Amino acid sequence: MSIDTARLREDFPILSREVNGRPLVYLDNAATTQKPRAVIDALTHYYETQNANIHRGIHTLAVEATDAYEGVRAKAAGHIGAGNAEDIVFTRNTTESINLMARAWGDANLREGDEIVLTLMEHHSNIVPWQLLAARTGAQLRYAGIDADGRLDLDELRSLIGERTKLVSVTHMSNVLGTINPIAEIAEMAREAGALLLVDGAQSAPHLPVDVEALGCDVFAFSAHKMLGPTGVGVLWARAGLLAEMEPFLGGGEMISIVKPEGSTWAEGPHKFEAGTPNIADVIAFGAALDYLDALGMDAVREHEKRITAYAIEALEGSGGITVHGPHDVEVRGGAVSFEVDGVHPHDISTIVDAYGVAIRAGHHCAQLLMRHLSVPATNRASFYLYNEEREVDALIEALDEAKRVFGRVESRTAV
Amino acid sequence: MSRAEPQFDELYREVILDHYRRPRNAGSLAAPTHQAEGANPVCGDEIELDVTVEGDVICEMAFRGQGCSISQSSASMMTERICGGTISEARKVMQLFEAQLVDAAEPDPELGDLEALQGVAQFPVRVKCALLCWKVLREALNIDEREATTTP
Repeated sequence: MSIDTARLREDFPILSREVNGRPLVYLDNAATTQKPRAVIDALTHYYETQNANIHRGIHTLAVEATDAYEGVRAKAAGHIGAGNAEDIVFTRNTTESINLMARAWGDANLREGDEIVLTLMEHHSNIVPWQLLAARTGAQLRYAGIDADGRLDLDELRSLIGERTKLVSVTHMSNVLGTINPIAEIAEMAREAGALLLVDGAQSAPHLPVDVEALGCDVFAFSAHKMLGPTGVGVLWARAGLLAEMEPFLGGGEMISIVKPEGSTWAEGPHKFEAGTPNIADVIAFGAALDYLDALGMDAVREHEKRITAYAIEALEGSGGITVHGPHDVEVRGGAVSFEVDGVHPHDISTIVDAYGVAIRAGHHCAQLLMRHLSVPATNRASFYLYNEEREVDALIEALDEAKRVFGRVESRTAV
Repeated sequence: MSRAEPQFDELYREVILDHYRRPRNAGSLAAPTHQAEGANPVCGDEIELDVTVEGDVICEMAFRGQGCSISQSSASMMTERICGGTISEARKVMQLFEAQLVDAAEPDPELGDLEALQGVAQFPVRVKCALLCWKVLREALNIDEREATTTP
């Protein structure tokens, strides 16, 4: 089934608004996506009809709210091909999911001399928690590089993973280059070394069919707000048994079994990691987002994005004076498209295209290691989702033409 | 069809693009008496500034940087405008420049080329780009923020 964007866009109230007198062209989906009416309604419905604290009341509202919240755990598991809802922990976002692992698993399992293998294309959220862990434990960080096409250097990665490696943590899809990494292959390397494999799925879970069993990873983290859901909900999936081996992350209510003056015992399963009242309403609304995606089918979402990404790459490079970073083959990349316009800085681009109602991202995209590798201070990034249309790419190109005209009024910088 | 015809020729005046393409006083000084650097972490603009002061006079300035046309042209124009003058004159220009951007004050003739950046006041998210080099100058010369805005 292919996606009918004209029909589907009616589900997204914000897409009918104007920005600076022009129809909104929202191409910043790698940062966060827009929300369908069903998700917005789910939030209202919860607050209007079910609002109660979960897991601790016997009254009807508490039971309904608990059922709704726990039901989303099963949906989230199903979305990534995980067998057991009890292996899903709700956090605030991908960043918190990774920090949870660094604390609750990392502190207990890493020692001086152990190694953590990352890549140069990681988001800061998959670098900084490990730098903090390394500082606490004396473990060392290793970074695998990327090739000229923006793909992970698998030979280098293989050479870095050895008997000292305790953890390999990689992104499934780069938020800058769009590159999709071959996780199953990396999982084999990690398994041979006896290392844990964590996959940052913040950019993949919204856009690709994901099956954690087929990927072979141990941990998978993603965020609701990048896949039609509300902000404030992250997901951490860990393979069966791993959560039980880990120490708690935050202490407090909800995560305990018995509390005595001299110490406490912990709740079972994911509850051990969900201290305090969780983000009940947003988790429940995330369920509506998952329903929306599952009704479309992730294969259809992926096909749609391949089409529009291919169109965008061709249109950008065909318009002249523009270089697209990362792989150009849409079979190995997703819809986050970073590009540079000759002689015009990304902030200047962003200001100009905004006047055309076009929202793109300019900056380092929380990936300073990658920016350094690309030898650029910043890039422009257009990123697509299931509701984007080719005419929106055309609007971006028109706005970029204006930027080129404005900056073309004086001759280009002479060599220094 | 109607274009957005935004005021971009006004925001990005040719004098700005000229300073961006051919920055004045780009590079470094052999023996600066004052130095500072600064960045806008959100957008990644960077400025490093070398200054040589003799007595009360700013004799030489040089800067290195990367970033958008606004941040880099502002640095180029700043060095051109205040180099050769006294520190108290630099403070005065700083005050006039900030007034132009933050309070959208009418440009003062004292500003010279810096007047060209007045359009930035209409783009609040870009004001920090234009002010970055001035923040670095203030740090290099140890000018107290309050002092800079109250000293005539």
